Amino acid sequence: MTTPATPATPATPGTPAAPLSPVAQAFEKAASEQRAAVVGYLPAGFPSVDGAITAAVAMAESGVDVLEIGLPYSDPLIDGPVIQEAVHAALTNGTHVGDVLRTVEAATAAGVPTLVMTYWNPIDHYGVAAFARDLAAAGGAGLITPDLPPEEAGPWIEASDRYGLDRVFLVAPSSTRERIQTVTAVCRGFVYAASLMGITGTRATVSDQAAGLVSKVRDYTRLPVAVGLGVRDGAQAAQVAGFADGVIVGTAFVQRLLNAPSPDEGIAAVRALAADLAAGARAGSQAAHASPAAPSPAASPAAAANPAAAAGS
Amino acid sequence: MTTTGHPGHQTQTGNQSVPDATGHFGIYGGSFAPEALTAALDELTEQYLAAQADPEFQAELARLLRDYAGRPTLITEVPRFAAEAGGGRVFLKREDLAHTGSHKINNVLGQALLTRRMGKTRVIAETGAGQHGVATATACALFGLDCVVYMGEEDTRRQALNVSRMRMLGAEVVPVRSGSQTLKDAMNEAFRDWVASVDNTHYCIGSVGGPHPFPMMVRDFQRIIGVEAREQLLAQVGRLPDAVVACVGGGSNAIGIFHAFVPDTGVQLIGCEAGGEGPEPGRNAATLSSGSAGVLHGMRTFLLQDDEGQTLPTHSISAGLDYPGVGPEHVWLRETGRASYRAITDAQALDGFSVLCRTEGIIPALESSHALAGALQLGRELGPDGLLLVNLSGRGDKDVATVSERLGLL
Ligand SMILES: Cc1ncc(COP(=O)(O)O)c(C=O)c1O
Repeated sequence: MTTPATPATPATPGTPAAPLSPVAQAFEKAASEQRAAVVGYLPAGFPSVDGAITAAVAMAESGVDVLEIGLPYSDPLIDGPVIQEAVHAALTNGTHVGDVLRTVEAATAAGVPTLVMTYWNPIDHYGVAAFARDLAAAGGAGLITPDLPPEEAGPWIEASDRYGLDRVFLVAPSSTRERIQTVTAVCRGFVYAASLMGITGTRATVSDQAAGLVSKVRDYTRLPVAVGLGVRDGAQAAQVAGFADGVIVGTAFVQRLLNAPSPDEGIAAVRALAADLAAGARAGSQAAHASPAAPSPAASPAAAANPAAAAGS
Repeated sequence: MTTTGHPGHQTQTGNQSVPDATGHFGIYGGSFAPEALTAALDELTEQYLAAQADPEFQAELARLLRDYAGRPTLITEVPRFAAEAGGGRVFLKREDLAHTGSHKINNVLGQALLTRRMGKTRVIAETGAGQHGVATATACALFGLDCVVYMGEEDTRRQALNVSRMRMLGAEVVPVRSGSQTLKDAMNEAFRDWVASVDNTHYCIGSVGGPHPFPMMVRDFQRIIGVEAREQLLAQVGRLPDAVVACVGGGSNAIGIFHAFVPDTGVQLIGCEAGGEGPEPGRNAATLSSGSAGVLHGMRTFLLQDDEGQTLPTHSISAGLDYPGVGPEHVWLRETGRASYRAITDAQALDGFSVLCRTEGIIPALESSHALAGALQLGRELGPDGLLLVNLSGRGDKDVATVSERLGLL
């Protein structure tokens, strides 16, 4: 288990003739515009089912390239207090799987490919093939599965092939090269690189482990690599855009909705954050292209904002 | 041994042995952990298997179990209790007499030695009744390790004695306010800690649940209960029991006493789950009796869940059984027909508690009282020729307040 795997020559993305999925196209479009893609997360049903739909559409209209709709679950093992609170509220409000699918449908209709982020048990209980079928019917792009390792994912790999859905698995700073190879081999759409060891929640600085992880992942796949966990604003998005293809932001969006004195103000704050992230993702990426050797572009607003590099957790 | 070649103590029924190399008991078990933990779980598996094969590790564990934990624990024949239980013979395996007052110490000493072997300096644990937390705090004091114990806030109230014991032993006790504020939520919080601290921290899971290798490893550390009891009973009575009875929360004391008897197909293995206030959803913690297959806390197992896979609230008078899942090996033992499980209500458990106190002068834990209530039923089913072995998994000091209130003793 400790033997490092030989870095492969970068794998051919997917099967040779496979058409690009909507998520892959979104990353490609962002790359062609010299910017990192912005991936935004919100749990369905928070602050209400319709409130979450409004917020998701607002994100789509304000610069988010790919949406992740969280399926609220009773035991969110790797979520911090902010997302726990939102998910708890969503469940208390009586959010059901059908509401999640309806949210996916509405978000997709707003023109942004939409994945479902979910712990495994609700999918397992629904029936993997049935969920894949219903998600595809709702226009969903695929699943992000933080507690499903590839070894246990056989039925999901089969179902996602059958219904043409993306499957996003996570790699972490602790992943060995061998693991990175195993995980990236089954990913489709993009690879989710967890920037730090810890649960969801914003951090004061971008983890110094993230860039190294992304570069390791690139030894094994040509899929886009997006970095999540901890990112809170445009300045940090710019930093991440310096080395990754996408920036994933969840808690910061949820926090905007939690803090808002009124639903309208919540939506306005979500729009402002999406625009800030999109601007950061563009600036950081362009600065990196201008000086490809510089790991942390001086032009990025982040460099001034947070010089300390240590990961807070 | 058909599948793996690893030196753990496999369970065999027929020609199947479990778990396989990736921790599966039939279709149950496995590892559904976040990727961040995969490297640590792989390392733990590797180190555990190496330790199993290392005579020095085994000798040190044996020494600690003997000189520190007080093993072997006794078996005690309880004739006045047996008279209430069909008139046969009943023996208790006295895990209540192990240091710290329950079987939990067996597992914790093993995991503490492993923690040291891995060079980690901090241990975290979840606890329900507080017995696993006390055992962990104890081992950490003994080994000079930092210790943080997560405990549902409701449990910190109903098991307040054990909160004080943990703090005296130098552990930090963190009350968990999320969800149902019981064992499941304490386990969620411990996992959240571990994802961020895994470099220097070992998560000492207290039962036969969680991702591989925990169900196998904790079983192996607990199987000494049945190994001893089987020998002791053969020496004292000259025959194997008709049935072995144990309470089942996560299932560690039950697996511990069952395991050595698994090949003895004439011996019934009976697990007693928390039937709470009855079979209505949310009013019990009888996972095998009322649950269905699913994934929680890193394992595929049986769960109490609603029709969308959300974990149901649970209830039991006993904090240590108040958990919506169960160790995967129990599901497998039931599906292969080797063990059976029954639900014991709060009222029946209180009855088992009182009968043992008054007939034998032993105050049992409320968890163990579920096994005693099961023994009262089973003894009556077996009649006067019956020979029962019951795991008395812990002592009842921690439950004095709860029982006093319920029975109006104050
Ligand atoms: C005395 C005692 N027995 C039993 C249990 C239940 O755990 P398990 O089913 O793992 O033995 C506990 C848990 O706290 C306990 O303290």
